[in-house]
Amino acid sequence: MDTNSNRQEHLTPRPTREGQGGGSAFFNPEFETLSRTEIEALQLERLKETVAHCYTNDFYRKKFDEAGITPDDIKTLADVRKLPFTTKQDLRETYPFGMACVPIRDCVRLHSSSGTTGNPTVILHTKKDLDEWANQVARNLWMVGLRPDDVFQNSSGYGMFTGGLGFQYGAEKLGMLTVPAAAGNSLRQIKFIKDFGTTAIHAIPSYVTRLYEVMQQEGVDPRRDTKLKVLAIGAEPHSEEQRKRIEEMMGVKAYNSFGMSEMCGPGVGFECPEQNGMHFWEDYYIVEIVNPETLEPVPDGEIGELVLTTLCREAMPLLRYRTRDLTRVLGRTCPCGRNHVRIDRMRGRSDDMIVLRGVNIFPIQIEKILMKFPEVGTNYLITLITEDNNDQMIVEVEVNEATDDFAKLQALEKEIRHQLGDEILLKPIVKLVAKGSLPVSEGKAVRVVDKRKVFE
Amino acid sequence: MTVHQLSIFIENRSGTLIKVLEALKAANIQIIASTIADTAEYGIYRLICSEPMRACEELKKANVAVALSDVFALAIDDKPGRAADAVKTFSEAGISIAYMYSFLLRGKGILIFRTDDNEKAVKVIADNQLQSINEADLSELA
Repeated sequence: MDTNSNRQEHLTPRPTREGQGGGSAFFNPEFETLSRTEIEALQLERLKETVAHCYTNDFYRKKFDEAGITPDDIKTLADVRKLPFTTKQDLRETYPFGMACVPIRDCVRLHSSSGTTGNPTVILHTKKDLDEWANQVARNLWMVGLRPDDVFQNSSGYGMFTGGLGFQYGAEKLGMLTVPAAAGNSLRQIKFIKDFGTTAIHAIPSYVTRLYEVMQQEGVDPRRDTKLKVLAIGAEPHSEEQRKRIEEMMGVKAYNSFGMSEMCGPGVGFECPEQNGMHFWEDYYIVEIVNPETLEPVPDGEIGELVLTTLCREAMPLLRYRTRDLTRVLGRTCPCGRNHVRIDRMRGRSDDMIVLRGVNIFPIQIEKILMKFPEVGTNYLITLITEDNNDQMIVEVEVNEATDDFAKLQALEKEIRHQLGDEILLKPIVKLVAKGSLPVSEGKAVRVVDKRKVFE
Repeated sequence: MTVHQLSIFIENRSGTLIKVLEALKAANIQIIASTIADTAEYGIYRLICSEPMRACEELKKANVAVALSDVFALAIDDKPGRAADAVKTFSEAGISIAYMYSFLLRGKGILIFRTDDNEKAVKVIADNQLQSINEADLSELA
């Protein structure tokens, strides 16, 4: 590996197609099969470039000044720890374009997350950023055996949700016939699977379960009546047990996918056929696991907060971005031949963000809506449950002002549900409860109870 | 012509009713009549009691969601058919009754009800010389 050649050359994928390239197991063999030493050399080189690039932006320059460092302080890979962390709050405060490191006219795409207490967050992409993103997704899908002959059905939400366009571009880059089926309408999904000869589906785990239920109702046996061979699942916490159940139902392997819109979207990490942790692509990211309290690195195997630094982003590079996801390093080598770090499935959050059916929700969003209704109090409880294999949110809120009119109570319930739906993009079940009936803990109130069948 | 009624939000869960009753007991409030209307999840507990204003304050202090509302109270003879006669006058005048409950007090039947048009109801009561009672009457009867 020549780590001195220019960046553009590094990043140009050279797909090795079956029949053309001799059936390689790798989509980007020159990057996927790097040794640890080679990975780290490449990371240092790209980190220096990224830091220099960030330094052209006022927000980053100010942060560097405050930390008393300049790009010249990055001499070894360990020097990444000299860099200040970046947080979601930074993204909000610089909304919309304050963290852009290229002129906006060079950007071709924008993804945005819903606003919580204040501004939403915006992630910008240049044409090259989109291509790199697609390359990561294509690499993942190739890794689990998908080839241009395959038919890929993306049953994930589109629009601002990066699971839609992210997998679309990646699957197309690999060369598959790609069906942007989007989420929902299970009968139509099943018709597509049968009529188009779909061999791979990407969806959130609970939706795969839903699809299977509808297949059963329709008398469709996925083993007998479909050509399915691979499932990509992610964007929703799920356990190993749940994955095995999905594999058993559908009769195919299901691979865990990690993505977050701040990094690009899906593509960041994906399981190889070993299914022993997700390979995080270290030619694209520096992966750190830190203690969320002390922010010091934790040893491999120990759970901490995942911190990511982008290495190939033009429009919006992010330095030491605190993902708030809790996980651990499982290993740095793998029988599959890839030495990119293997990361365990996410074990929770270091903040109070809820991931429900692929949607990120902060309790403060719920609170903000509830506060608009004088009829209800500020004490509320969010309970996440799994009902008929569907994850649901129940919002219980105390009635503050009684009424003599049932219609008013029902209208209140309906209006809260409606407004919450607009805010968090999912319609929760709203339950009005008596004043003083919800638990109030000392200091910080317990606001979220997770009873989903997720963790073993 | 109207009396104060307490409307209390309660959940369909054990323990919620007793909390309200204990608070009234502690405040030495006498319940004259009460009824619970419920849905699957929650209900409205409506009651007529002595000193409704003070009862309302005491319940609020006990962290109970309570509202005061005005309802009509009619005294009728304790004979078959009197309730039908009374309600018919309202229905003929085009007034809807949202809910109604009744109890016996000193040999008189008392009908408590809420209408969708209080102004019109007042007129109907006067025109038909129905015997409406007020809070003072209630306390006296009690």
